[in-house]
Amino acid sequence: MKGIDLVVREGDFFALLGPNGAGKTTVIGIITSLVNKTRGRISVFGLDIDTQREAAKACIGVVPQEINLNIFEKTANILVNQAGYYGVPRAEAQRRAEKYLKALHLWDRRDDIARNLSGGMKRRLMIARALVHEPRLVILDEPTAGVDIEIRRSMWALMRALNESGMTIILTTHYLEEAESLCRNIAIIDEGRIIENDSMARVVSKLQREVFVLTLQERMDSTPELDGYDVKLRNEHEIEVEITKERTLNELFGTLSAKALHVTSMRTRSNRLEELFMRLVDSKTAEGSQ
Amino acid sequence: MAELNSLSAPPLTTGRAPETNLLKINLVGFITIVRKEVNRVVRIWVQTIVPPAITMTLYFIIFGSLIGQRIGAMDGVPYTQFIAPGLIMMAVITNSFGNVVSSFFSGKLHHHLEEMLVSPLSVGTIIAGYVVGGVVRGLAVAALVTVVAMFFTELRVEHPLITISVVVLTATTFSLGGLLNAIFAKNFDEISIIPTFVLAPLTYLGGVFFSISMLSPGWQAIAQVNPILYMVNAFRFGMLGSSDIAIGTAYMIIVTAVVVLFATVFYLLDRGSGIRA
Repeated sequence: MKGIDLVVREGDFFALLGPNGAGKTTVIGIITSLVNKTRGRISVFGLDIDTQREAAKACIGVVPQEINLNIFEKTANILVNQAGYYGVPRAEAQRRAEKYLKALHLWDRRDDIARNLSGGMKRRLMIARALVHEPRLVILDEPTAGVDIEIRRSMWALMRALNESGMTIILTTHYLEEAESLCRNIAIIDEGRIIENDSMARVVSKLQREVFVLTLQERMDSTPELDGYDVKLRNEHEIEVEITKERTLNELFGTLSAKALHVTSMRTRSNRLEELFMRLVDSKTAEGSQ
Repeated sequence: MAELNSLSAPPLTTGRAPETNLLKINLVGFITIVRKEVNRVVRIWVQTIVPPAITMTLYFIIFGSLIGQRIGAMDGVPYTQFIAPGLIMMAVITNSFGNVVSSFFSGKLHHHLEEMLVSPLSVGTIIAGYVVGGVVRGLAVAALVTVVAMFFTELRVEHPLITISVVVLTATTFSLGGLLNAIFAKNFDEISIIPTFVLAPLTYLGGVFFSISMLSPGWQAIAQVNPILYMVNAFRFGMLGSSDIAIGTAYMIIVTAVVVLFATVFYLLDRGSGIRA
């Protein structure tokens, strides 16, 4: 870490983005006491993690990036034990275990040992485990990494519901689309430094250009010429069109219609996070050299 | 998975500091860790309870019934009766150490120790939970070995309080020792080094099978450096009423071992040695 100054407001849905090795997991490790910090100060809901460590930790639930379940323990016991570590009496812990296992569709597997669950089930179990003591802040470290799209969308819906209920959520992810869909505010971290910290809307608006892949009804033998656009032919039915922030999609469609080309489907090509990230790194480098 | 979004989000209080009763958290947390540890012992009873019973039965057959009959009396009691307290203590030492070292190291290896590390439990509570788990296994195995011993010799308890306090303190000492080993261990080899190269020799040379009065003065002086000698003899005093060493000295050494080990383990866990990046 190279001096991070970050404030997440209560009730926020906050994204912490960055490439591998940027320091996201280290930041989370420091907040949750899994990593020793060498200096600096962190407070959670006004509770200093150095002087009021236990009280601060009582407010936090964490879903780590790596699976860290006791694979020899029964699914239900994992939740009951976790609740116990936060002082939830056993009868109440069992009630909550049932509630969260049902909510995450794991109730039928309550007597299975964790080792026998699928990868997606283990991820859901880790989310249930982070919620069972009903924390005010949940930190999710790349919770959707490696899960299929159906589970990912279900997780998104769950996270939205939790945030709407008043829970503060910090989400780290590789995917800008995921953060854009869920989060109101965002910080981008690189090499232990915060290189951007703003509202999601303002950060996304900094994307200067975007590349779309268009599927056309017409068969093409060569790249169609569209005035004012950079076009590449991908195959006989697909083209890539780069559109700058100043242009609108309506203008592009108008140009295509004038050429008698009909669009049947469209998607973005570029990794928007990568593009945004590279732009931010370039601008910081430029600032540094001036 | 289609209905995964049907979770009714938990009722949350926002805008004010959380109410946290740390005493309650640590009490419930302590009970939870002990329950988890005891469940683990029971769940894998074939690994935790049965082997020491079989090993000790073999010791009683070979050293007690077969060889012991030729040895005759030792310290005024039949040899089988003489070794019974030592064998019970050997089982306590091995099992309390083994329980904690394997459970804590497994938590480190599979990272589920993080479940406790991110929780508000104090370091003292985590240590106490694991140690009580080790003590419970040590005492359970001790009870089983005692039953086995009763098939081979007549057992008596001359000083019940001394017997019970020494066995509990010894189990506590070696549970803490197991925890210390687990904190430093980075792989499975490192959790077997101490039991193999330190515990086993000290236990066998700690007066389980012989009275140190049989040794030459020089070897007696060396033997008295071994803390297990004091534990075995104090326990033997509690059961048979005879001991090679002063009972007060034995208590002082055992209690000192508990305090020093607890302080060391607390210091290491509090600063995150072996468990935090």
